[in-house]
Amino acid sequence: MEKDTGLLLYRNMLLIRMSEERLAQSRQAGLVHGACHTYVGEEAVATGVCAHLNQDDMVFSTHRGHGHALAKGVSPFEVMAELYGRETGCSHGRGGSMHLFKPEVGLMGTSGIVGPCILQAAGAGYTFKLLGKPNVAVAFFGDGASNNGAFHEGVNLAAIYKLPVLFICENNLYATEVPSSYSSGNPDIYQRAIGYGIPGVKVDGNDAWEMFLAAGEAVRRARAGEGPTLIEAKTYRTRAHSEGMRDVGYRTQEEVESWKARDPIKMLRDRLLRDHTADEDDIDNVHNDVTARVTDDHQRAADSPWPKGSDALSHVYFEGA
Amino acid sequence: MKELTYTVAAREALDEEMARDPRIFVMGEGIGKRGGNFNTTLGLYEKYGPLRLCDTPIAERGFIGLAVGAAMSGSIPVIDFMMVDFILDAMGEIINQMAKMQYMSSGRLRMPMVLRGCIGIGGAAATHHSGSYYSIFSNIPGLRVIVPTTPADVKGMFRTALRGNDPVIMLEHKNLLSNKGLVPEEDYTTPFGQARIARAGKHVTAVGVALTVQKCVQAAEVLAKQGIEVEVIDPRSTSPLDIATILQSVKKTGRLMIVDDAFEPCGFGAEVSAQVGVHGFDDLDAPIRRLSGAFAPTPYSPPLEQEIVPSVETITKALYDLVKE
Repeated sequence: MEKDTGLLLYRNMLLIRMSEERLAQSRQAGLVHGACHTYVGEEAVATGVCAHLNQDDMVFSTHRGHGHALAKGVSPFEVMAELYGRETGCSHGRGGSMHLFKPEVGLMGTSGIVGPCILQAAGAGYTFKLLGKPNVAVAFFGDGASNNGAFHEGVNLAAIYKLPVLFICENNLYATEVPSSYSSGNPDIYQRAIGYGIPGVKVDGNDAWEMFLAAGEAVRRARAGEGPTLIEAKTYRTRAHSEGMRDVGYRTQEEVESWKARDPIKMLRDRLLRDHTADEDDIDNVHNDVTARVTDDHQRAADSPWPKGSDALSHVYFEGA
Repeated sequence: MKELTYTVAAREALDEEMARDPRIFVMGEGIGKRGGNFNTTLGLYEKYGPLRLCDTPIAERGFIGLAVGAAMSGSIPVIDFMMVDFILDAMGEIINQMAKMQYMSSGRLRMPMVLRGCIGIGGAAATHHSGSYYSIFSNIPGLRVIVPTTPADVKGMFRTALRGNDPVIMLEHKNLLSNKGLVPEEDYTTPFGQARIARAGKHVTAVGVALTVQKCVQAAEVLAKQGIEVEVIDPRSTSPLDIATILQSVKKTGRLMIVDDAFEPCGFGAEVSAQVGVHGFDDLDAPIRRLSGAFAPTPYSPPLEQEIVPSVETITKALYDLVKE
């Protein structure tokens, strides 16, 4: 692993983690007005994939999308301001936790409905093929969406048209609180790729380096015109489905603790130090930078102006360039 | 001017716009080499190839959801869905994604895409090939819903849809497809939200939708022989709705009937009545009447089928009764 890549992955994971923990606090403080679905525990997935993407590559995401937005280059300030309901938010206060948009950096939207992102990523792949663009589209979705019809239709369409798409299934073992072992005939989702004639890859979704390597190959394939790849990242959400929700009755504390022991940020840190890719000073510098950034972005977001009520009816239809 | 069928006029619009704009592509079942179940794309595959005339599996939710992503990323998809009943599988993609995308993205994403295909009861098609559903679509902010009735209108309105930035649902009544009409030779567009007066009159206003516009004109011809002049209005789009033209007509006639094939409750007729009730109350000389399809699924057998839609005879009688009221 090169030092730059290792520290970039580390920095981006930490940026997501600290932003999410800040948002969790902000929700308790009343700054977040609706849902708050954090990505804590799953940071390696978005980070490993997005490290390969250019700004004009496109990401389509789901209701647990803060991490995807941050990994694609939306600032913590814009994500926080959005959840705080402010005009400066990445969706100008129209979306909140579940509808983050910043097409300027290729974050094409997160969705409160699971599944459509799979179809939309296939659609962006179709545009790239139609217009001869060298880009790739990525759909991030969970094990829950993989049992939805959109998964079947979207992956099959991308396969038959050989579209430049990555289907990244973040299998965090629960669709909200329903176990995927209960809701899937075969809980190894990557094996479904065989049914569509495309590669299916299983990855330890808590291992940022493994994630980075698997995504790299899938992006290479896509850009080379070899078609889509399904990657199943086995991972775990260590906080509640949504902040403030009762998080008991469907999983044990022992299970949560066992996954916390496999914290993706700690795992990468250990690897960087063990392999002498980076030293303690490098790691501390990243921590200091990210802490300062998140603190500052939170404050600016909390101090940002509210949208004007009179803007509520704009953009229902196209209003001119 | 030249004489074309409805189908050919629509296909000319598609062909000419595809030649003009390489971002336009068509998806649907059998719209490639075969040229479409209703000849909607006949000859276009040879001109534009498989990437722009893209055959699909029977997966309406899938390819409409894909088209949403395609529009978001810079192309202009046309979904050729054959029968509107088939896209009910994609209602989530249509309402939650396609219609809301411009709003959710605070205007930074455009959604230029067209879903087009047939509506209407007739030909013993039975209940999974006979839907209309324009009232449902017109209830959704973010959608444009157009119901062209003449060859000239379908060409001009399809062009407007393909040159615009909003998602458009274009509903073509299957019994209008072989109708012939004069179509301008030059490059023209027909705007949404502007009704057409299909026949001028002064005693009663009849507002139709799709095929019932034609039936209302036929009823008007019968009544003209009895000295009753019916003004027939074709709204051409149900969203946006040109209520001003309807109000203007009611100001003249004092009487209004809305005639459509679709279900009555919470429907198109209810919307027109409510708006005329608010803005045209003082002009009315009689209660507003509606004549709609029966509140039932569509049966197959011809005697059953004809029972559930307004006919020229039932429309004629209802308009006569309204004038005498």
